[in-house]
Amino acid sequence: MNLWVLLAINSIAMGGLLFLLSAGFSLIFGLMKIPNLTHGAFFMLGAYLGISFIRLGAPFWLAAILAALTMAAIGGIIERLLLRRLANQHQAQVLVTLGLSFMIADLCLMFWGGDPLAIQAPEALRVTVPMLGVRFPLYRLAAVLVAVLAFAILWLMIDRTRLGAMIRAGVDDPAMARVVGIRVSRLFTIIFCLGAGLAGFGGVMGGPILSVYPGLDTDMLPLALIVVILGGSGSLVGALVGSFIVGFLYNFGQAMFPEIAYVILFLPMLIVLVVRPQGLFGKAAAS
Amino acid sequence: MKRIALAVSLLLLALAPLLIDNSYYLNIATQVLISAIFAQGLNLLVGYAGLVSLGHAGLFGVGAYTAAFLLASGSGQVAAAALAIGVTLATSAVFAFLALRATGIGFFMITVALGQIAWGIAYRWISLTGGDNGISIAARPAPFGISLAGATPFFYATLIVFLAVQGAVAVFTRSPLGVSLRGTRDQPRRMTALGFNVWLIRFIAFVLSGLVSGIAGLLSLYQTKFVSPHVLSLGASAEALLMVISGGTATLLGPVVGAAIVVAMKYIVSAYVERWNLVLGAIFVAIVLFMPEGLVPGSVRLWRKLRSAGTKREAVS
Repeated sequence: MNLWVLLAINSIAMGGLLFLLSAGFSLIFGLMKIPNLTHGAFFMLGAYLGISFIRLGAPFWLAAILAALTMAAIGGIIERLLLRRLANQHQAQVLVTLGLSFMIADLCLMFWGGDPLAIQAPEALRVTVPMLGVRFPLYRLAAVLVAVLAFAILWLMIDRTRLGAMIRAGVDDPAMARVVGIRVSRLFTIIFCLGAGLAGFGGVMGGPILSVYPGLDTDMLPLALIVVILGGSGSLVGALVGSFIVGFLYNFGQAMFPEIAYVILFLPMLIVLVVRPQGLFGKAAAS
Repeated sequence: MKRIALAVSLLLLALAPLLIDNSYYLNIATQVLISAIFAQGLNLLVGYAGLVSLGHAGLFGVGAYTAAFLLASGSGQVAAAALAIGVTLATSAVFAFLALRATGIGFFMITVALGQIAWGIAYRWISLTGGDNGISIAARPAPFGISLAGATPFFYATLIVFLAVQGAVAVFTRSPLGVSLRGTRDQPRRMTALGFNVWLIRFIAFVLSGLVSGIAGLLSLYQTKFVSPHVLSLGASAEALLMVISGGTATLLGPVVGAAIVVAMKYIVSAYVERWNLVLGAIFVAIVLFMPEGLVPGSVRLWRKLRSAGTKREAVS
C-alpha cells in the first residue's frame, strides 16, 4: 500500500519536472513550428550551470534562476543567429538543433566530467513530511508546486495579456500580424528564450531528483517528445496533462515491469497517434 | 565522361583489396560500403520521398538483432538471415503506418520516438537482448560454401550486396513508381488530384527504405560478429542522416560519398581527439550554413561558379 502511495507521489513530482521541460518544447514546436532537438541539452546544460552557480556559493533558488536566465540568453542567441535564417526549412532546423545538442552534450562532458553529480535540495525542503501513511520528501511537493505555478503564469500570459494576444495572432497569421504592426520575429525570440529558460530551470529543479549525468539530455528529449505527441503541440493544457501521464507511466512502469518500462512509456503515444493524431488537446490537423 | 568515371571507380572498388594491403584499412573500406548501403536506404525516404526520418537506426538494429538473437540461440544462417529480413520488413511497415499518420515535422518527430522505442527495447529488455552487453555470434555465414572469415572475401561479399542495392535503387528511382514518389515529394496535392494514392506510395517507399537499412544492419552484424544497443542510438540515426544530407539527397552517388566522408572523418578524428560528437555537431551546423544542398551538389555549384568566373576573366582579357 505504502509503496503505491509513494510511487504515485513520485509520479506527480516527475510530471511537474516534465512540464517544465516540455512546456517550452511544446510552445516552440506548436507556435514556431521548430522541432527543437536541443531541448534535452538545454535541460542538461541548465542543470550543470546550476551546479556551478551553487559551487560559487549561490543558494539553490538563486542558482536555478541564474541558470534559467543564462539558458534564456543562450536560447536567444541560437534563435537570432541560426534558427532565424532557417524559417520553414524543417530539414535544416533538424540538423542545426541536433548538431547543437551534440555539441552542448560534448562540451558538458568536457567541463563537468563523466561522473554523475548531485544537486542538494534547499535545506528547508530536505525534511520529509508524513503524508497518507508514508514519509514523503518535501522537495518533491515543491517541484509540483513550481510546475503548477509555471503553468498558471504561462497560461495567464498567453491567454490574458497583450503579449499573449500578439503571440497568438503571430501564430495564426504571421503575414497579417506583421501588417498590423506586430513584430513577429521578436515574438519568436521571446518564445524561444522562454522555452530555453524554462528547460534550464527544470534542469536545476530536477537535479535533486534525477541527479545530473552525461546522457541526461537524450533521456529527457524522448520524454518531452511523448508529452507533446500525447498532449498536442502548442497546447499548454496538453503539455500539463501529458507530463503527468508520462510521469505516472515512467514511475509505475519502472517499478512493475522494469524490462519493458520503456515500451510501456511509449504505448499511449502510439494509441494516440492511431486514434487522434493531433494529440489529446491539439487543434485539428494542420499539415 | 560519366561512364569513364563510373568504370574507373568500379575498377578501383574491385581492386581495393589488392591496393589496400592491410586488413585494418580494408575493414574500414568494408564499413564504408555498409554505411553507404544504410545511407542509400535512408536516402530513398529523405531524398526521394522528402520525408526526414531520425529513427532508421532502429530498423538497422532490428535487422542486426533479429539475426544475432536467432544465431545465438542456435538457428541456421539461412533461416536467421531470412527471418531478419522478414522481421525488418514487418517492423518497417509498423513504423511507416504510425509515422505516416503525419507529414513533415510531425512525421519526423514520430520517427524519433519510434527509434527510441527500438533503442529502449535493445537496452532495457535484458532477458531478450542482453542489454548493454549486446549479443555475439560465433561466425560469419558461408554462402555456397565460400568462407567469409577473412577481410578480403568479406569485402567482396559486401561489395556485391552494395552494387546490387545501388542497382536496385537506380532501377526503382527510374521506374514509374519512383517517378511518382518524387511527385508526392514535390506536389502531394496535385498527385492526389491526379488520382495517385500518395499515402500508399510513401508507405512503399518507407518499407523499401527500411528493408535496405535492415540489410545494412545484417551486414554490420556479420562484420563485427557483435551487436549492441549503440547501433540503435539517436546518434547512429543522426550519423546516417548526416551521410545522406552531406552527400546530397536524392542522388545515387550522394549517400555513398557522404558515407565515405563520415566514416573516414570518424576514424581520423577519433584517432586524434576524443571529441567526435563535438565535431559531428559542428559539421551539421556548418553544412546547413554553407552547403545546404549537400557536399556533392554544393561542390558542383562552387566548381561551376569558379569555372564561369575563370571563363569570364579569359573573355575580358
